[in-house]
Amino acid sequence: MAKTLFDKIWDKHIVQQIDGGPSVLYIDKHFIHEVTSPQAFQGLEKRGMKVFRPQQIVATADHNVPTLQQHLPIKDELSRVQVQQLITNCKNHNIELYGLGHPFQGIVHVIGPELGVTQPGMTIVCGDSHTSTHGAFGAIAFGIGTSEVEMVMATQCLMQSKPKLMRINVEGTLNKGVVSKDIILYIIAQISASGATGYFVEYAGSAIRSLSMEGRMTICNMSIEMGARGGMIAPDEVTFEYMKGRQFAPGNGQWDRKLEQWKELYSDADAKFDVEINIKAEDIEPMITYGTNPGMGVSVAGQIPGEKDIDEKEKPSFLKSLDYMGLKPGTGIKGKKVDYVFIGSCTNSRIEDLRLVASFVKGKKKADDVEVWIVPGSKQVEKQAIAEGIDKIFEEAGFQLRQPGCSACLGMNEDKIPAGKYCISTSNRNFEGRQGPNARTFLASPLTAAVAAITGEVGDVRDFI
Amino acid sequence: MSKAINIVSGRVVPLKETNVDTDQIIPARFLKATSRAGFGKNLFRDWRYANDDENQPRAEFVLNDPTYSGKILVAGKNFGCGSSREHAAWAIKDYGFDVVVSSFFADIFRNNALNNFLVPVQVSDEFLDQLFAAVEKDPAVEVVVNVEAQTISVPSLGLQSSFDVNNYKKTCLLNGYDDIDYLLSIKPAIEAFEQQYK
Ligand code: SF4
Repeated sequence: MAKTLFDKIWDKHIVQQIDGGPSVLYIDKHFIHEVTSPQAFQGLEKRGMKVFRPQQIVATADHNVPTLQQHLPIKDELSRVQVQQLITNCKNHNIELYGLGHPFQGIVHVIGPELGVTQPGMTIVCGDSHTSTHGAFGAIAFGIGTSEVEMVMATQCLMQSKPKLMRINVEGTLNKGVVSKDIILYIIAQISASGATGYFVEYAGSAIRSLSMEGRMTICNMSIEMGARGGMIAPDEVTFEYMKGRQFAPGNGQWDRKLEQWKELYSDADAKFDVEINIKAEDIEPMITYGTNPGMGVSVAGQIPGEKDIDEKEKPSFLKSLDYMGLKPGTGIKGKKVDYVFIGSCTNSRIEDLRLVASFVKGKKKADDVEVWIVPGSKQVEKQAIAEGIDKIFEEAGFQLRQPGCSACLGMNEDKIPAGKYCISTSNRNFEGRQGPNARTFLASPLTAAVAAITGEVGDVRDFI
Repeated sequence: MSKAINIVSGRVVPLKETNVDTDQIIPARFLKATSRAGFGKNLFRDWRYANDDENQPRAEFVLNDPTYSGKILVAGKNFGCGSSREHAAWAIKDYGFDVVVSSFFADIFRNNALNNFLVPVQVSDEFLDQLFAAVEKDPAVEVVVNVEAQTISVPSLGLQSSFDVNNYKKTCLLNGYDDIDYLLSIKPAIEAFEQQYK
């Protein structure tokens, strides 16, 4: 019978099927971080148990670490305790930790792939909704809650109901100035912030195939922003090329055997999806969000919907959202002044993102009244950026290159956007208060963020290239 | 105390917002605790208080309105979207709610809620509107949620609707069982699976 990519992986990982209930799903890799793991360790300890398969867990500290002076003790006491707790827990349970100061430290969804821990065909979970990022390698990867983190620690399994499957095909050639972030912001704007709830999404089509692994990760990363359980892309030569030689990728003795298996990971030609959506790459323009959920996006050159375009029922939320953002229905965003530029997060903080920004800003200076924070996704990205001289380009432009972590993506450390200020951000969420109480977020691609850094306002990258 | 849950009845708290994300339910800056307790006091923190100050409650926010109370929270479509933080479910439960009613729940939130014996009751948009209207008319109106029968009703108005919960989860809710207890009970099967799988 014809199978989807999802089915092939899912079926291989079923330990048991409960009648009229969920499946017991075996988990290959489990990433943990300081914020959603302490209560899980506590739960285990309460039961007097040890972690079942510690060698299948990788830990890092990312969510609330400072991005300046990481060599000093963390100032905020609660953050310090939380990070310390992770160190203690990992030690007690024999878990590999890439904590502060470690050359592999970084945002959990950046380090997994770059270290080759993330591999095609795996089931991967983490107590973080953007675990969908790892699906870019052709893995079933999804975010879980802390009770589930505890289950995986205790048994390496989860109780899961099989999601419905959606395929999104993006065919054609991308327009000038359009990058993978624009594709996913466009898709979410089309199907809404809840349009894929209950589904697992496979992205396919020539425009998706044309993307690098970094670009594919950006797309899968934001699957959760339309409510999807996860996103995935079938592995191909681009994937295998990326994997080769990575720290924890299969070594010489194993590589050929693994490669054979990975090459089987695609949706069969006549496999059935519950829903298929077709998108023309040519329709996609550089995108930006204007509201307080990621589905509220438009072309940078376009206009915020007018009041009459909005469904009666949605109107109160729509107006409340625009009120929060200090924007008016039916107006354009281009030319809107920004105060902060944040280039970072598990969506867009990989070396390719930094290269893209550097290529645009080289020889230019930031606008006087904007503050620009560049937060690399990992120590390795930081190291690579320095090796390529990208740090110098940023320095000359007046940007601050900070140290790796989640930073202003969620404002859990001190990297918060002040109340009322506008931040153009390459992260994934524009919720009220996400970047700090009353902060206002425009989500956009690294290129569009770079334009704002130089001009001090929202601009269309196509006017500059 | 048993966690088991079956019938929850009484007044409800209406939160007429759609797309309530977990960053609103519990902002990230309150996620630094290392235990599960005490999140209720920061539930909807930035909607509840102005300037992040407990002495400046926003009178217009429903949790600050003494007209409404109860163990049932009724909210707009797509409740619990965004971050996977289970702290959101902990905060709602810790505040004193046992049920959340909405016309749509985000997947991860639904799982997190169930794992904490907070019952997510998904109803149609129409039923949700009727519920909001009923509470608007009479804030003291009684609503009854019955997990065993999988029903939610407003007896005084003769309104009733059913809701979905799979058999396995229903057994867990009614008996106070956790998924983890079940998984631990099949550990030999998991070990056997690992053998054939590797
Ligand atoms: S960068 Fe942002 S979205 Fe990504 S894991 Fe960190 S907090 Fe979550």
